[in-house]
Amino acid sequence: MEKSNVVLHVADVHKRFGGLHALADIDLQVEEGKTHAIIGPNGAGKSTLLNVIIGKLAPTSGQVVFDGTVLTGRKPYQINQLGIARVFQTPEIFADLSVLHNVMIPALAKRDGMFKLNMLRSLDSETGIRAEAEHMLEDVGMITRREMLAGSLSRGDKRRMELAMCLIQHPRLLLLDEPTAGMSRHDTNTTIELLKKIKSRGMTKVIIEHDMHVVFSLADKISVLAQGRIIADGSPDEVRGNPKVQEAYLGGAH
Amino acid sequence: MTTFMSRNDLFLFLGFTVVVLAMPIWLAPFGAGYPDLLQRFMIFGIFAVGFNILFGLTGYLSFGHAAFFGVGSYAAVWSFKLLTLDAIPAMIFAVVISGLFALVIGFLCLRRSGIYFSILTLAFAQMSYNLAYSVLTPITNGETGLQLTLADSRVLDAAMGQTFSGQPVPTLLGQQLGGYAGFYFCAGFLILAFFIAQRIAGSPFGMMLKAIKSNQTRMQFTGFNTRPYALSAFVISGMYAGLAGALLAVTDPLAGAERMQWTASGEVVLMTILGGVGTLVGPVIGAWIIKYFENILSALNDNILARFWSFLPEGAADFMVTITSKFVGDGWHLTLGLAFVIVVIFLPGGIMEGVRRIAAAFRRSGSSSAKPSARTQPAE
Ligand SMILES: Nc1ncnc2c1ncn2[C@@H]1O[C@H](COP(=O)(O)OP(=O)(O)O)[C@@H](O)[C@H]1O
Ligand SMILES: [Mg+2]
Repeated sequence: MEKSNVVLHVADVHKRFGGLHALADIDLQVEEGKTHAIIGPNGAGKSTLLNVIIGKLAPTSGQVVFDGTVLTGRKPYQINQLGIARVFQTPEIFADLSVLHNVMIPALAKRDGMFKLNMLRSLDSETGIRAEAEHMLEDVGMITRREMLAGSLSRGDKRRMELAMCLIQHPRLLLLDEPTAGMSRHDTNTTIELLKKIKSRGMTKVIIEHDMHVVFSLADKISVLAQGRIIADGSPDEVRGNPKVQEAYLGGAH
Repeated sequence: MTTFMSRNDLFLFLGFTVVVLAMPIWLAPFGAGYPDLLQRFMIFGIFAVGFNILFGLTGYLSFGHAAFFGVGSYAAVWSFKLLTLDAIPAMIFAVVISGLFALVIGFLCLRRSGIYFSILTLAFAQMSYNLAYSVLTPITNGETGLQLTLADSRVLDAAMGQTFSGQPVPTLLGQQLGGYAGFYFCAGFLILAFFIAQRIAGSPFGMMLKAIKSNQTRMQFTGFNTRPYALSAFVISGMYAGLAGALLAVTDPLAGAERMQWTASGEVVLMTILGGVGTLVGPVIGAWIIKYFENILSALNDNILARFWSFLPEGAADFMVTITSKFVGDGWHLTLGLAFVIVVIFLPGGIMEGVRRIAAAFRRSGSSSAKPSARTQPAE
């Protein structure tokens, strides 16, 4: 028996950039524990939608509700502290810090909250956080690179590390903006396996992805975005069979 | 102890302490082993260490930190005038007042970042400088500068029944703080300041500051409110500046507004960059080098230059005197500017980067058999 349990509700959201209607009347419901894929051609508004959810952009109208809390109007750090983490399309990492520190920082955010003046304590005494970060790096297969500067990693590794930075917070909702872009086939498959593993732990995910192989192997539900509008949504099979989608997106790609 | 401080940190701290305390000995051959200059080495070392917490760790470039330095000086002199000639209450008072001042200015300036932040700090510092000469003359005594007089009330000293004859000077537990006593007093504070900076840099808080410098956006999406972090760094560095200003008042109890001028703010920026932004010892070394060459070059004049070039034929000697005189005396800032340009272009990481490069070259030639680890850059 499938009982709908909506954890994220994007309600009637519009976003205009001057004359450009980047998001038009978006209504999206993501169910707890499910993986919801958003696909669509370049410039469709997918990243903009995630920006509205995490508070990077304010919607022109409409609102986003997460588990009964209105997110619209809150600061990005407050939204993160509510349990929402995001992997960006171009990795947002701490390029000048080591890989290990990159992963420890989000763990400290989770433990200590949005501000803590713990300046006389030594970082070396944070053995618990350190172990947690190392464990996370093992999970994503990056433990051997932990002392490297994050800025010197390959593109694929930066992405994987950013994923680790999000996962270590055990977010209730994980937003992934093209997490496998720039990865080799092998790395893409490792990442899919990793994302499947998280799914079994019950984490809710919204994933933007171009790679249909990734989408169809992960998604429970797919929404198709084109020119700022949702033109179709449903299960992977429904979407695959939808002629409008074939025309707008899949037809061109495959 | 192991979690309190790592071995490397401990060695660095002990090494630093020894180098500082032994300065009167190892600087003597350079003609810099006398107290007056040594005191300035300590004072500007503290200023630079504190400045680096904001600029080096957090990435916020303030062009107004001389304001906190000046406030520290004034606060210390007022403590000498109103409370006691003992230096410790003056230090505490100065650090508290400059910290409060930094809290207000930092709160306003940190509403912006990047170049707008820098301009705001510059504007506030210039405002403070102008106020010191105008509206605030009852507090600052304007152009004359604030100084100690026999008529000062000094309520604590009076209550203790202490009386003075002659010009009042700051003391520590009744001992005068001139000469080497003044140097060791300042050295104690530099070592303490260095220790605290080292703890901050090695703490989770310090890592957050570095992360803000590296990618503030990511910090926000990671759940951190970056504003209070940056404000804390601002206030801490303001307190360091106030401490340095107070020490200058201890060694020379005449506080003038020129200590708050933008050139003084710019100087601490130069010290930090010259030594190595974001490193612990770099800013201190930058401060020492600048103060050392300022001391030598600003004392030179045409007569000394004429004697120096006298080995040349007369016409050539005159020519060289004319040219070099532009770089010494009051013109020493020209030399400083030139040196700064050269460092920024050829050694953007400052002197500490130079040291690292030399060390790396030695290591390479020392162990030529060592395998070059392909593109594996270690962090920091
Ligand atoms: N901050 C912004 N300001 C102005 N235009 C923007 C901004 N962000 C995105 N856009 C525009 O909105 C449209 C959707 O962009 P985006 O959401 O990045 O698309 P995608 O689906 O490829 O992720 C594009 O035309 C883009 O140029
Ligand atoms: Mg995009």
